[in-house]
Amino acid sequence: MRKTCLDMVYELAKTDPRVVFIGSDLSPGLLDEMKQEFPDRHYMEGVMEQHIIGMAAGMAMDGHMPYVNTIATFITRRCYEQVAMDLCLHHLPVRLIANGGGVVYAPLGPTHLAVEDFAIMRALPNMTVTAVSDAEEMKRLMRATLDWPHPIYIRLGKGGDPVVSDERHGFAIGKGIVLKPSEASDPILLISCGVMTARALEAAEALEREGHAVEVVHIHTIKPLDEALVLERAGRARAVFVIEEHTVIGGLGSAVIDLMCEKGGARLPPMRKLGLRDAFAKLYGSQDDILADNGLSPDGIAASIRETLDSFPA
Amino acid sequence: MVHSLIEASKTTSLDERSLYLRRLIVRGLVGGNRGHVGSSMSLVEILRVLFDDVLRYRPEQPDWLERDRFILSKGHGCLGLYALLADKGFFDVAELDKFCHADGILGGHPERSKIPGVEASTGALGHGLPIGVGLALSARMQKRDSRVFVVMGDGEINEGSVWEAAMCAGKHRLTNLTAIIDYNKIQSAGPTREIQDLEPLADKWTSFGFAAVEVNGHDLSALSEVYGRLPLSNERPTAIICHTVKGKGIPFAEGQPKWHHHAKFKPEQLAEIHAALGGRA
Repeated sequence: MRKTCLDMVYELAKTDPRVVFIGSDLSPGLLDEMKQEFPDRHYMEGVMEQHIIGMAAGMAMDGHMPYVNTIATFITRRCYEQVAMDLCLHHLPVRLIANGGGVVYAPLGPTHLAVEDFAIMRALPNMTVTAVSDAEEMKRLMRATLDWPHPIYIRLGKGGDPVVSDERHGFAIGKGIVLKPSEASDPILLISCGVMTARALEAAEALEREGHAVEVVHIHTIKPLDEALVLERAGRARAVFVIEEHTVIGGLGSAVIDLMCEKGGARLPPMRKLGLRDAFAKLYGSQDDILADNGLSPDGIAASIRETLDSFPA
Repeated sequence: MVHSLIEASKTTSLDERSLYLRRLIVRGLVGGNRGHVGSSMSLVEILRVLFDDVLRYRPEQPDWLERDRFILSKGHGCLGLYALLADKGFFDVAELDKFCHADGILGGHPERSKIPGVEASTGALGHGLPIGVGLALSARMQKRDSRVFVVMGDGEINEGSVWEAAMCAGKHRLTNLTAIIDYNKIQSAGPTREIQDLEPLADKWTSFGFAAVEVNGHDLSALSEVYGRLPLSNERPTAIICHTVKGKGIPFAEGQPKWHHHAKFKPEQLAEIHAALGGRA
């Protein structure tokens, strides 16, 4: 997903002179071809995230469309005021490409785990927050960025994530996708984003084998949320589970439950957030290890859903 | 040399235009019944010479592509900028009477989306120079000869982001970028030499890749002379360290940290201020 995303920056730069790449201190040789072809539109500026965001803002004020890339924690926490003021207050089309969203950098510990990125980015006016499911969907997102006039946060997965998206569903920023529809009148609804959608689909299949009707809605754009789709699908659901690689505070789960509470009508379905507990990660290992520790493996998701359904009054 | 510039800044007399611009600032202070008095007054000559003689702009077409970009990074000194923008016709002088009002465009910090002539919304410190670097690189990419000027406060340059941007500007040899420091020696909490000493300040900028010069920031001809030599180097961005006096023009506020910001003026205070500046605007 990361390689695809950065390759797409080069592809976009070939057709659109507004496109500029700005990295902090990334891999040697990153986007070298772009640097050769467009030497004045490729910048590697070092470990200075606050400055890089401001510099991108200056370029965008002048008509450019900078794609800024560094590790997710450092492009969110480290330069939050610059993102808020320089990008969002000025409402500029800068794209933040965040390496290792969620717990991808599990072996590196809490300094490198971007587990509240949706929450803090979502809280900013004018910001768009995205987390696509796989490399193929990343291509569609990147093409769409050229026509989107707002700042965008683009969360990257680990790479090599299974492709679960399908181009036949089309792609528009702000529009959710029903990846696995259900004909049932009151299915269990799973809403997920990013690489958790693959896991949600696996959990859905397990539950279906047990006789449950399950629908899966993929939300690649956490903000602006596709309210119409969520209200329509959640409104008829037997129960709603929001699955994300993010703290249970302030992410997609919070966005969905806020929406349902405000606009979901008088009779709300049972809803539950399945995310990372409100704690710094207590182990290293792999992304899957930390997800499993938080009950977010496909098996863990299915188990939490069964447990919740069993707890409902008959 | 530097000592004499500092001493000279304290005794430099103000001509009628400098007094008039300060009267406009006071009109804003009265309008809002608040404002950063000292921080605005120290800026006047720096801005005046820039807007009178140096910057290329069109008040009737603020987004003119070929313009020079000016950023007041020390956004709290905005009344100084508002006085110049009003004087140049970017908006009606009467807007000053609505400084900080709900129905006004002039806030306690300048906003790009509201005020013609304001390039960047500032107020959070340490943002102007990074944005200025981006604008300067952008002009270079577009092969435009627009120049970029960023005015920062001395307290402001405590911020690490300023030095990140300085390092980057030096790396890119941005000869179209000029950083100007309003070095009035007083930050909010007290004298800069006590709160966070900046010296040796010119050496700092030089070591970050700038061509640095120091000047009496109230001396019109000295400012004109330095601005007229820009860029100071054909290989480096420029830093102009302007030795100024906080509150310049209002004798009882000069050099006084408590006049960094003031609100709820007493009638007798306003009378004294008006008297010092030769009346009301």
